[in-house]
Amino acid sequence: MSTFAAFFSSMGTAVQGAASQGVLWGVMTLGLYITYKVLDFADLTVDGSFALGGAVSATLIVGGMDPFLTLIAALLAGMLAGAATGLLHTKLQIPGILAGILTMIALYSINIRIIGAANVPLLGEKTVITAITDTLPIGKNWAAILIGTIVAGAVIAALYWFFGTEIGCAIRATGSNERMVRALGGSTDQLKIIGLALGNGLVALSGGLVAQSQGYGDVGMGTGTIVIGLASIIIGEVIFGAGGNFARRLLSVVLGSVVYRVIIAMVLRLGLKSTDLKLLTAVIVALALSIPVLRRDKDLRVYGIVLLAGAVLYLLLVNAAAALAPGNATLLFAARFAALGATAAGFGTIWLTGRRKMAAILKR
Amino acid sequence: MLKLENVSKVFNRGTINEKRAINGLSLHLAPGDFVTVIGGNGAGKSTMLNLISGTLAADSGSILLDGVQLQKLPEHLRAKFLGRVFQDPMMGTAADMGIEENLAMAYRRGKKRGLSWGITAAEREEYHRRLASLGLGLEDRMKSKVGLLSGGQRQALTLLMATLQKPKLLLLDEHTAALDPKTAAKVLELTGEIVGLDKLTTLMVTHNMRDAIRMGNRLIMMHEGRIIADIAGEKKMGLHVSDLMEMFEKASGGEFANDRMLLG
Repeated sequence: MSTFAAFFSSMGTAVQGAASQGVLWGVMTLGLYITYKVLDFADLTVDGSFALGGAVSATLIVGGMDPFLTLIAALLAGMLAGAATGLLHTKLQIPGILAGILTMIALYSINIRIIGAANVPLLGEKTVITAITDTLPIGKNWAAILIGTIVAGAVIAALYWFFGTEIGCAIRATGSNERMVRALGGSTDQLKIIGLALGNGLVALSGGLVAQSQGYGDVGMGTGTIVIGLASIIIGEVIFGAGGNFARRLLSVVLGSVVYRVIIAMVLRLGLKSTDLKLLTAVIVALALSIPVLRRDKDLRVYGIVLLAGAVLYLLLVNAAAALAPGNATLLFAARFAALGATAAGFGTIWLTGRRKMAAILKR
Repeated sequence: MLKLENVSKVFNRGTINEKRAINGLSLHLAPGDFVTVIGGNGAGKSTMLNLISGTLAADSGSILLDGVQLQKLPEHLRAKFLGRVFQDPMMGTAADMGIEENLAMAYRRGKKRGLSWGITAAEREEYHRRLASLGLGLEDRMKSKVGLLSGGQRQALTLLMATLQKPKLLLLDEHTAALDPKTAAKVLELTGEIVGLDKLTTLMVTHNMRDAIRMGNRLIMMHEGRIIADIAGEKKMGLHVSDLMEMFEKASGGEFANDRMLLG
């Protein structure tokens, strides 16, 4: 009984931590929403610009700058990075994905130049988190949630206004029909550059916030940003709907980011290592992106269900084995074998049934 | 008004697929001219329109519109003077945006876009009035996403958008070709009304010879990147489809007119 209580109380702390991470990373998701959804541009720059924001913010803090001002510096640096991708794509006509990859790779070197090393610790430095915990009687997690909510709220309000203006409307139209925008006198080159700058500025702002909350800036902190952002956007759309007015959609994106972090926290409890998370995130995104095909193809859907069931069975059996007899290698092996065997058997059955059905059709 | 002088365009130059799409073409339009353009596949009709609009860059020659050298401007700056409707109904509107948002984009054609609100209350009233004049009931669905409209509705909307700010030149590139006959007739009727109302100078490419004869005050026939016939005024009014067929066969050296022209 007491172990359960301990589990749930630690779960509570974990959820609190997840929520704080969720809102801080939610600002990044808003940035990605602009490039990926509004502009219809799969922008890989974000992996670099997220770390850029962290690097700029952390380095400036160590240099003695006010932590809030460093966030603005991070925002501006990210906008430059986004503009670079935009110029590569529009003026030099490099395909969008490649343009993003080029800037991302270039940023890796630039970020190390900015920091002067691979990472910069913020131990004992004044950050936006300590600024809050020093003045208000709340803990680190709540301080992060507070600052994250304020920044995300301000960003949503600003984006809602901006995408209602003439330029903002033209950017939305560019994501929908480029040729029309040019025929109506809009420079799609300029509009794309503005959109990419805005998106990456927000991603870098989020990088600065995350660096300050985790207590260090690191060149590797942006790896996988795009996939995390996509997962958050998709989760937000699935749970809170993709419709409604623009502000509502932006809000659902941030909430998606929070839910993503909660899912991650729960999965970690189930025994996954933190290094497995990128694999898990990739699987979530791949699954979500394949929904249109899965809707159409029943066989594929059945395979997917069996695969998911197999994964859950695997986790359950392995955890049960470890709980029943800790350190018993034979039992662990048996558990793994049983789970994998059951999954393989499931696959085999579907495959054979499918073959038999087709053979019957051909015979007729 | 519009002056094309000795314009040429070659696709895939220097390769085995080299094609002279436009071959030293010259064309003068007087203000208020409504010119219908016909010709077989590959005659260069759409290419001519794309060279004027800037979707394609001419290899040589000059394109003047009221003294402005269009060929030196990028597509989006030429848009200030041009209204365009494309063959594909999906091409002229943004599917993810509302009807009124699309109109607001068109309302700002050729104007500087800034940070003021993208659509104003006064505009909405005007859009409502203009949409009502189409007679399609779109004025009651101004917030609806354009993606929900039928091809004909979208094409009518594109026509309205192209003429919302009076263009110096209206380019219609087979804008009824992708519609069913009944819808095509309706869009064509609207075209006649709108062009007549504002006395718009218009170039209308069509595959339908009867439409080409019926609409406008001047007809040109293109073949292999050149204009091979230019008929205006009363002479045009007296034309028959058979006359055009004869001209076409003579020009193409007895080659049969293609099916689409025959069916037209």
